[in-house]
Amino acid sequence: MAAQTPAESPAAAEGPGVPEPNHAIRIGSVWLLLSLVADLLIWFAAGPHLPPGTAGSQADGQQFDIKVMAVMAAPVMIFVLVYFLYSLVVWRGREDDEEDGPPIHGHARIQTAWITVTSVIVLCLFGFGTYELYNSYGAGAGEGPAPIYKPTGAELTTAQQVAPWSPGKPVVVQVIGQQWRFTYRYPQFGGFETTFLAVPQNQWVQFDVTSIDVIHSFWAYQLGVKADANPGVDNIAYTKPTKLGSITVRCGELCGLWHGAMYDYGQVMTQSKFLAWTKATNAHFADITPLLPPYASTYDPTVVPLFRFGKVMKALGLTSAGGGYYPPNDPAQP
Amino acid sequence: MSLPVRVGTLAIAFLAVVGGVIFVVIHYLLASPPTVDYSAGVTPDHGQTVNVVLQEDPQTTIGNRPDWVSYFIQDPKTHAWVHTTLFKVPAGSMIHMTVLGYDGCTPARNPFWGKVTGTVGNVEYVNGKSTRVLDTWKNCSVGHTFSIPGIGLSVPMASPTTVKENNNLCATSPCTSGPKATITFTFKSPTSTGDYFWHCRIPCGGGFIDGFGGPMQTIGYMTGQMEVVS
Repeated sequence: MAAQTPAESPAAAEGPGVPEPNHAIRIGSVWLLLSLVADLLIWFAAGPHLPPGTAGSQADGQQFDIKVMAVMAAPVMIFVLVYFLYSLVVWRGREDDEEDGPPIHGHARIQTAWITVTSVIVLCLFGFGTYELYNSYGAGAGEGPAPIYKPTGAELTTAQQVAPWSPGKPVVVQVIGQQWRFTYRYPQFGGFETTFLAVPQNQWVQFDVTSIDVIHSFWAYQLGVKADANPGVDNIAYTKPTKLGSITVRCGELCGLWHGAMYDYGQVMTQSKFLAWTKATNAHFADITPLLPPYASTYDPTVVPLFRFGKVMKALGLTSAGGGYYPPNDPAQP
Repeated sequence: MSLPVRVGTLAIAFLAVVGGVIFVVIHYLLASPPTVDYSAGVTPDHGQTVNVVLQEDPQTTIGNRPDWVSYFIQDPKTHAWVHTTLFKVPAGSMIHMTVLGYDGCTPARNPFWGKVTGTVGNVEYVNGKSTRVLDTWKNCSVGHTFSIPGIGLSVPMASPTTVKENNNLCATSPCTSGPKATITFTFKSPTSTGDYFWHCRIPCGGGFIDGFGGPMQTIGYMTGQMEVVS
């Protein structure tokens, strides 16, 4: 039933002695009270428990963003519900009331208010979102090979990435997605590769995310980092872990048969423990590290230096790794 | 058309559709290779040694995918080779694996998987000789890997190493002759029961994009599950 004019409303129909209540004030009062309660509950009660937590600067920022958006969204949703319920109760169809409500087409005040309010909300969210991207260095998302938002001292060139790390510089971790496991390479600490993700507390970490087969997505939940791992692409994301503890890493992109099992756990360590860990891990993988390709911003398995191949491999025609030696007709494309 | 005929026709059509759905579900969706049981007669969580024997072949001539590389598992009772990648082991036991590598060499996409991890002593034995690392790029040394990510196990599967051997690989599955490398290693099965997926990390799905399709994504060929039971 459409909105009614005062003259046609049930209250007015009861007689000239019964004044038409101010529906706007009624609805507005209930809406304001409920919105206030809901926003306070969202901010103070639910807010600290919203995902992804506060274990890192980016995660902290994301929780703040979700709180702000929830606080902005709750009054909108409450207004819709209050108006809906008020309409059901006050403006419901009475017995023998077969008339349509009056058309409200051309109500300039309502149209202006509607356009103004929604525009202000959207523009505020746009401004807030842009500021948050800038303020939190990409908000934990992959920014591609040339990040716009980056912390001071962010390492971008390969030469800078392989230079030994010193406190204050971002720790570079290359994340290599492959079916069905992430491996992590630490170019500033000898270039070793490992299946365990370790990062230091209170230091900026630069994740250079790539893949050597299909598209994966590196999702370090507690750190608030989620960046696609694309073959041949260096997708850079930043975070600063602030709390010691475990990290859960999952693949966030359907990547094949065992995608659901593509997860592992990492650790945020104190700086001294992290340095000790890099030393021990470098020693543990000392036998395989020299066999890895030279560190590069992407990890292209089809470009293998020819000098790496022995005479048997050359004689068999196996002069590149993966894909390159599978002709399209061997035996047939699916 | 009379009412009984119409009702009968409708019933037959309905049953045909239901039958078709049941056939598809059973034949395609629920179909699974057999599971080879290595847990019989072993007391779990007592550290007893269980011998599991596999072979990896350059083809699968017994099935409808003759071009696909595949693992086979030996039945511990009959010693027959079973075309499956599902096997059952007791929890908390020492699993002694013997893998007959009949397939030729292939460079790994990531040479990192040339390192042995997760075995007792982080070592494997290739034709009786202990090794910790195999260079999959430089040497014709590795055909596949046997990896169980859930327990951190990753072992490169050695291959025949010479040009002559690689040009004369076994051509009939399951292989009983031909050039091969014999790989052995031991790992402890987890105490937590459940299914642990395992797979090959070398792109051996010839004919598929980057070698990672086909047998690499199909249970019964280059990936499967180790069921740990108590």
